[in-house]
Amino acid sequence: MANVNIKDVDFKRYDFRFDESSDDYIREEDGFTKEIIKRISEEKGDPEWVRELRLKCLDIYNNMDMPCWGPSIEELDMNRIASYVRHKTDMKNNWEDVPEDIKETFEKLGIPQAERLSLAGVGAQYDSEIVYHNLKEEVAKKGVVYTDIETAIKTGYEDMVKEYFMKLIPPTDHKYAALHGAVWSGGSFVYVPKGVKVDVPLQSYFRLNAAGAGQFEHTIIIVDEGADVHFIEGCSAPKYNVANLHAGCVELYVKKNARLRYSTIENWSKNMFNLNTKRALIEEGGKMEWVSGSFGSRVSYLYPMTILKGDNSKMTYTGITFSGEGQNLDTGCKVVHVGRNTSSVITAKSISKSGGIGMFRSSVVIEKAATNSKCSVSCDSLMLDSISRADTVPAMDIKAYDADVGHEAKIGRISDEAVFYLMSRGMSEEDAKALIVSGFADSVSKELPLEYAVEMNNLIKIEMSGHKA
Amino acid sequence: MSNNTILEIKNLSTTVGEEKTPILRNVDLTVGRGETHIIMGPNGAGKSTLGFSIMGGPAYEIESGSIIFEGEDITDMSPDKRAMKGIYLSFQNPIEVPGITMRSFLRSSLQQLTGKKIKFSEFNKILEEAMEMINMDPSYVDRDVNVGFSGGEKKKAEILQLLVLKPKLAILDETDSGLDVDAVRTVSQGISAYKKKYGGTLIIITHNAAILEALDVDKTHVLVKGKIAKSGGAELIDEINRNGFEKYIDG
Repeated sequence: MANVNIKDVDFKRYDFRFDESSDDYIREEDGFTKEIIKRISEEKGDPEWVRELRLKCLDIYNNMDMPCWGPSIEELDMNRIASYVRHKTDMKNNWEDVPEDIKETFEKLGIPQAERLSLAGVGAQYDSEIVYHNLKEEVAKKGVVYTDIETAIKTGYEDMVKEYFMKLIPPTDHKYAALHGAVWSGGSFVYVPKGVKVDVPLQSYFRLNAAGAGQFEHTIIIVDEGADVHFIEGCSAPKYNVANLHAGCVELYVKKNARLRYSTIENWSKNMFNLNTKRALIEEGGKMEWVSGSFGSRVSYLYPMTILKGDNSKMTYTGITFSGEGQNLDTGCKVVHVGRNTSSVITAKSISKSGGIGMFRSSVVIEKAATNSKCSVSCDSLMLDSISRADTVPAMDIKAYDADVGHEAKIGRISDEAVFYLMSRGMSEEDAKALIVSGFADSVSKELPLEYAVEMNNLIKIEMSGHKA
Repeated sequence: MSNNTILEIKNLSTTVGEEKTPILRNVDLTVGRGETHIIMGPNGAGKSTLGFSIMGGPAYEIESGSIIFEGEDITDMSPDKRAMKGIYLSFQNPIEVPGITMRSFLRSSLQQLTGKKIKFSEFNKILEEAMEMINMDPSYVDRDVNVGFSGGEKKKAEILQLLVLKPKLAILDETDSGLDVDAVRTVSQGISAYKKKYGGTLIIITHNAAILEALDVDKTHVLVKGKIAKSGGAELIDEINRNGFEKYIDG
């Protein structure tokens, strides 16, 4: 396994793990070969078209170049990553039936306590497979489907999966999308029927517990005409001294006059290479809302993209990243305006500390047909010391003659005077800085459900309280 | 040092920046418990620096001298520790702190300073009482600290904090600047209440005699080019208002 020598913060709450070398686990050998892909496909009982797609994707992966821009991922040795790790258990619908070690892991993370509180449905993935799924009866009765992709294929939704799977993110999109297509496993399949409004959120939690492994979950959400849903994903992993890889794909389809809110709190350990791809296609009058908090990881490449295809469709993106020592978080947001009267609002924040690098890239395209469209991008970066770095790279391609486009970027260092002000009221230096940082993050945490806002503030506090070797 | 002395500054010299530009030069100042001292002086004389130095502000380097508070040398103490000892600075330009309301900020501050947990109901009473003293619109305390406040509202909010936190020594840095006539009066009442009700000690940095109307001034100091050029009683204020600082600058 590739060695990554990094310091990590003291994530006691997240940093626990069970021995996965036991007979209870199936672990593929390291690397990505045809034989391995065939074995995974066999193991999962894929239909023929899935098997073929996997092998085609592997081919594309092998023939594609590495991205020639962005932070280095040289430390990531693909020959030392296990593509597939799973517990020898089936997906359970009853929490009591989930194996003890996995159950304990999720309970420490607050799942499914969260379910009991305020969720319509919960899914939990442990390494490569979903181990638990539950949808509240009253939501299921409305025709809402919430399961993993494999189960969707086997329970009557194969045609739908086939219609949408890797169509928005084709395997040729980039090298790691191709890799994903070859080894994908688990994830979520959500279908909300026409006119159905799901009042409380659905939530999936992804935990990568194994060392030197990859997680490649695939998420498809289809929000049919006039429907409305809020989907939350949470991610975490314990700390290892070897590189781990996350290369998931998220494909979101928002139909006419539908609305989808997609909230993410990622908290990867700092040996994680997070090369995730997310994309949404919005039809007429539809609305896409992204909320994203990215913590942890060694390197992230993450740029959720929205295609505003239908007239009057809308998108908002509210995101924050926190990069500490040894981290390079390269994130951003992409939007393509195709329909008329479309609008997008991108609000991004980044915090960097102890030499961390926060890069924000935005790409705005307004096609010729997208008359009377609006886009505003604002990016705000806070550096906590003089060795950290924040950059903004905005790109705009405006082909319509009457587009209204604005870009605003602010980069600044934490103000000594503000810290002094708070200290003069009795606050310790650490608390004062944490308060300023959480105030900076406030516009993002306000967009999150309460428990997640609390979680995000905790993560900020943990990041602020310093590093542990 | 007599028992009645609360603050004693001895031979204090400070510099700012890498070039070590001198600001304060050998300042001596002794303040008795319950007294009110006025610091006057032309722009750039080092008045705010003096206030910042007593509170432990980061922008200035102490080159020599010491600051003794209640018999303890606090020269190298961090600002939060000084606050805990009972020192308060009302800022000339109060800082906006998004993400926390004035109400919860002040409650946690009061808990920090007293080391005691204060119930919401109990705290709200303290807060309401203080707001009444200075005619403050109650809606301000449920807004984020100083965010979107006008200049005058920020200054009022500093006095509100003073009345809630009840420090032993309060340094008010140009609290009156940017206030209209009525606001100066209410703020002045608040300061006077702090002194009379809670027996507070005051160091007031000001250009404006109006704020002092409701107060009995014990001593006035004229700070010029980082030095105390003249100390006297309340009569010095009138003298300066009539003749300006000119004779001290030349002297």
